[in-house]
Amino acid sequence: MTTLHTGSAPPVAGTADGLATVSVRGLSHWYGSGAMRRQVLQGIDLEIHPGEVVLLTGPSGCGKTTLLTLVGALRQVMEGSVRVLGCELNGSSRHERQLLRRNVGMIFQGHNLLRCLTAEQNVQMGADLLPDLGYRARRDLSREWLRAVGLSDHLGKLPHDLSGGQKQRVAIARALAAHPRLLLADEPTAALDSRTGREVVELLQRLARDEGCGVLMVTHDPRILDVADRLVRMEDGRLWAGEAVVG
Amino acid sequence: MSLWQGRRIPLAWLLLTRQPMRLAVALAGITFAGILMFMQLGFRDALFDSSVTVHKLFDTDLVLLSPRSKSSISMTGFPERRLVQAKADPDVTGITPVHWNLLLWRNPQTKGTRSILALGFEPGDPLFLDPAVTAMAPRLTQKGRVLFDDLSRDEFGPVAKWFREGRTVESEVAGKRLRVAGLFSSGPSFGADGNLLTSRETLLSLVPNNPPGSIELGLIRLRPGADPAQVVDRLRRLLPEDVTVLTKQGFLDLEMDYWRTSTAIGFIFTLGAAMGFVVGCVIVYQILYSDVSDHLPEYATLMAMGYSLLTLLGVVAREGLLLAIFGYVPAYLAGQVLYAAIHAATKLPVAMAGDRSMTVFLMILVMCMGSAAMAMRKLGDADPADIF
Repeated sequence: MTTLHTGSAPPVAGTADGLATVSVRGLSHWYGSGAMRRQVLQGIDLEIHPGEVVLLTGPSGCGKTTLLTLVGALRQVMEGSVRVLGCELNGSSRHERQLLRRNVGMIFQGHNLLRCLTAEQNVQMGADLLPDLGYRARRDLSREWLRAVGLSDHLGKLPHDLSGGQKQRVAIARALAAHPRLLLADEPTAALDSRTGREVVELLQRLARDEGCGVLMVTHDPRILDVADRLVRMEDGRLWAGEAVVG
Repeated sequence: MSLWQGRRIPLAWLLLTRQPMRLAVALAGITFAGILMFMQLGFRDALFDSSVTVHKLFDTDLVLLSPRSKSSISMTGFPERRLVQAKADPDVTGITPVHWNLLLWRNPQTKGTRSILALGFEPGDPLFLDPAVTAMAPRLTQKGRVLFDDLSRDEFGPVAKWFREGRTVESEVAGKRLRVAGLFSSGPSFGADGNLLTSRETLLSLVPNNPPGSIELGLIRLRPGADPAQVVDRLRRLLPEDVTVLTKQGFLDLEMDYWRTSTAIGFIFTLGAAMGFVVGCVIVYQILYSDVSDHLPEYATLMAMGYSLLTLLGVVAREGLLLAIFGYVPAYLAGQVLYAAIHAATKLPVAMAGDRSMTVFLMILVMCMGSAAMAMRKLGDADPADIF
């Protein structure tokens, strides 16, 4: 997979020197205001290291997705510290968050592919974010990623003509084509049958490990827990001690 | 990095073309608005252009008019003596009196009558710019002969056709028989459906109660190098109040101003063009707004991936630009065809003028980009945090 490293993302301070990919300290978050104000995260501490796959589980409504959007720089941090790839997100500007997101791959519950683009073009929307790379190089990169997820025969197909598992694999290729240092996934197997879900997650784990990219995955699916390096359980906005997974 | 190397997925193009029905509706709307603007502005300009087709025939520097003459359909007489007096100015080299009347022409085929503009002049006087007309003028020395405008409307009868076939074409005006001795080309205006030229003698016999020594138009030619504005000033001081001195351009402007100000025609056609503009705006806005709304989750996804809001605004702007270009081309072609059809049917001088095709393109561009700017406000609703 080293051939895919042709386009490197802009360097972000603090990742090369062995620091954590994600470092969350005392993170709290609220929704609503006044009497309707409701706390969803209460003093979260979490670290993810390069190449580590962390699975986040917990009942629905416990704040998992909120944590994911805060780490993904999609929401403004209210209280506490979130350092992603060496960049402090508390007090960051809209522009800083936008630039940081280029180094964070995201895989959504729905595949969220662009309906008007073919599989190849969708992946290239990810590759297009890489600076200093010519059009042809970006296109070849997209094709290689689609081959890596086993879709080399479906380059020119629209999302409409792909199965659920194929769409999710295109989404994975798109997220990885931008060469991210952190991958966030929100129930990537929710819309897939058990066998396809298993395949997709194993693919995700393998590619992330090859790329040295940290992974934070929210899931309810008990069948895929064994791919994790570490399991973290969340309840009522608090994290419970992460169990290291052996093997 | 070259432009080619820097190119991206043409998202705006794909967003438009992957929904052919919506694109077709948008282009039909823009084309319709464009055609409407072409037609309305074409009619307006044709009106103003055609109102001076006769005025443009004359080879003259200055004109004398009665102060009561406000347009080609209300020309009144003034004493011919004033024209002779103008000759006293050292810069004036030649004068030509012209009679200008609206007469009833009898269609030689159907015998119905219709108002026609008749100009009477001395056949020996050099007063026309077109040498072909000057060459035919001696044919008018015989009384009862006229030159007929072959661009006159068909309601005057197949005069030009019969004449070209070699037939003797005769008609009747004010109870006198006239014979067509030649054809010239000028074209109808909003004021007169057709034109004919004849000698002063013939014309005066057709309008017997014309006061003697009275003419409707005096042409004044100046020495080469003379400043027309200065001569106009001198003549205004020299001549009494019963006559107006104008340059040739002033004469054209008088006529065009008449149609512009004392009729609602200019206003109506401009309003028509404005309506086309508004209709186009509404259609393009609807299309772009629903396009942005439909793709809002996808735009949010792109923002989550790290694309900037500016990039996405650029996509919508490019959609507007593409719509403007692809909507304009069919509007332009349809405009050409319709202008040709209108010219054939009405003989009005409508043609695709360069500045009008530019005006319509700019209006379509403003229409599309303005609508795109309005639709962009919807993009602000795309919150990348909502898509998880």
